[in-house]
Amino acid sequence: MIRRTLLATAAAAATLAAAPAFAQDPLEACFVYVGPIGDGGWTYQHHQGALAVKEEYGDAVNIRWQESVPEGADAERVITQMAISGCDIIFTTSFGYMDATNTVAAKFPDVKFEHATGYKREHPNVSTYNARFYEGRAVVGHIAGKMTETNKIGYIASFPIPEVIMGINSYYHHAKMANPDVELVVTWAYTWFDPAKEADAARAMLDQGVDVITAHTDSTAPLAEIAKEGGSAWGFGQASDMAAFTTNDDGTPGPRVASIIDEWSPYYVKRVGALMDGTYEQVDSWAGMPEGEVVIGEMNDAIPEDVKAEAQAMIDAITAGEYHPFTGPINKQDGSAWLAEGETADDGTLLGMNFYIEGITGDIPN
Amino acid sequence: MDLSNINPILLVASIMISATPILLAAIGEMVVEKSGVLNLGVEGMMITGAVIGFIVAINTGAPLLGFVTAAMAGAVLSLSFGVLTQVFLSNQVATGLGLTLVGLGLSSLLGKPYEGMKTVTLPKLDIPILSDLPVVGRMFFSHDIMVYISLGIVIAVWAFLKFTRAGLILRAVGESHESAHALGYKVIRVRLAAIMFGGACAGLGGAYLSLVRVPQWTEGMTAGAGWIALAIVVFASWRAGRVLVGAYLFGGITVLQLNLQAAGLTWGVQYLSMSPYLITILVLVFISSNRKRSSHDAPANLGQTFHATR
Repeated sequence: MIRRTLLATAAAAATLAAAPAFAQDPLEACFVYVGPIGDGGWTYQHHQGALAVKEEYGDAVNIRWQESVPEGADAERVITQMAISGCDIIFTTSFGYMDATNTVAAKFPDVKFEHATGYKREHPNVSTYNARFYEGRAVVGHIAGKMTETNKIGYIASFPIPEVIMGINSYYHHAKMANPDVELVVTWAYTWFDPAKEADAARAMLDQGVDVITAHTDSTAPLAEIAKEGGSAWGFGQASDMAAFTTNDDGTPGPRVASIIDEWSPYYVKRVGALMDGTYEQVDSWAGMPEGEVVIGEMNDAIPEDVKAEAQAMIDAITAGEYHPFTGPINKQDGSAWLAEGETADDGTLLGMNFYIEGITGDIPN
Repeated sequence: MDLSNINPILLVASIMISATPILLAAIGEMVVEKSGVLNLGVEGMMITGAVIGFIVAINTGAPLLGFVTAAMAGAVLSLSFGVLTQVFLSNQVATGLGLTLVGLGLSSLLGKPYEGMKTVTLPKLDIPILSDLPVVGRMFFSHDIMVYISLGIVIAVWAFLKFTRAGLILRAVGESHESAHALGYKVIRVRLAAIMFGGACAGLGGAYLSLVRVPQWTEGMTAGAGWIALAIVVFASWRAGRVLVGAYLFGGITVLQLNLQAAGLTWGVQYLSMSPYLITILVLVFISSNRKRSSHDAPANLGQTFHATR
């Protein structure tokens, strides 16, 4: 078995060595996924991006991927294997692959590495990319503030990291502006993916009178739980459109009124294209609505027309670069000033965000 | 924090729902262990039951039929474990772990086309009079039928082990397979039957996840519930009544901590989150630190292979 693998590797290496002779050889773009493509959320969207690359460049590109790669030692092995087997560019699509990506990158200077949501670029061949999810949270926050009847809105949080806290603050800030009486309930699930627990978290909030819930976890379970309320509570698609929850089986409006879609395709297409035409450079990319990386899925008819129009106006303003979701005046939870009137948050503060804004009750667990 | 937001009626109701999958899996595994077999494949059998139940329910539109097939699937899968460990005398721990891996892989393969689909779920029962009672009606008497079936299974298992001759034989096989064999009991047959019962229960528990509690199919959706079921059996020191308490306690802590969070309590949430696992570890330490106690509670031949010629 080992001998066979060795032979195969040697053969692959030989092919690789001969590669420059054929300038038209397809470029190999490889993807490492943290979950199954069928999660209907995070990994599914990354795979859609990979498919978009294939669609764009056709025979000039080969795409390869590996699903459900655990963060840690396994990741390093998988990434190394990909680099050995001829990948020209490798996208590692979870925060936990950060160190493994950099370690492998040191050994393969000719291969390009792209790490999603991380911040370490220890070698010139490592780039990082992320999306401004908080822009999407702003829009659904506005919708939530307008739609809640009980004035209680919920947020199923995964882990207390800046990305999640950013989302909570953005969601609350815009709900509060839409409805000054709104109250935010946050529950920490301490998992990215555990459908039963995500459903329980949604249930706990519904039982306490929360009627609009957004999730920062990966599965569609919270929406399925909200659906049991039969039209008195609402939720949003997360990471992916989750359009299956737009209508119930009996034709009544489903629990999903809109969604925040992570659209990685523009970035993947751009980066692979740059590598092919020789303009590739190391980057630290953090794009959002203007670049088409954060998209709000279709808004249902359950949302009143005027709210839809307001939400659309906000999307347009963010896309045009005229509005930043964190525009002052905003105070921190303890009442101290954070952003003055008209001031916008800088990326550094956002990426290290470890505080709630004024009006949110409860503490961030540590 | 505003604890008055927590409605105790709804809390108890959701605890019962939340605990049912692990209760089913745990009561099945208890019978298996009572017969002297340690099957670590609960997680694998649960998730296989989850996917098979879901597939059948989607294709026939009948969730109850889904439960029946899920139980059969769990039993068939566990039979492979039974044949390997009882007939070919393989190591039970290794085979059980293998069963978990097989179940996880098989379910993700079978479930691929069904991801993101929605199924008909079980209706809540409307029991005359009982369901209309104030407080307790909403708490205990307006669940779906599987909640009551799971409770029925617990009572049946308790009565079977305590009062019937067959139950006595099963316990004898678990306590001393040599003696049971010498008395003329078919040790391997008894154990195979127990293993299949355990598999069927785990399958039901899995199907409850995918058909009622979540209700949808997602790869890896049991997320460790099978392991918690195994821990509950030890926690309950192999008694049916305590399995019920343990399962409701474990399910209850999860639901309670989420409810406390939603009510505004933030301090100590992590500790509450990890407490089921901490309790399990403490119980294991406590049990293993006292040899007399452990020999008193665990079936004496638990995890040992039996061969008639030895």
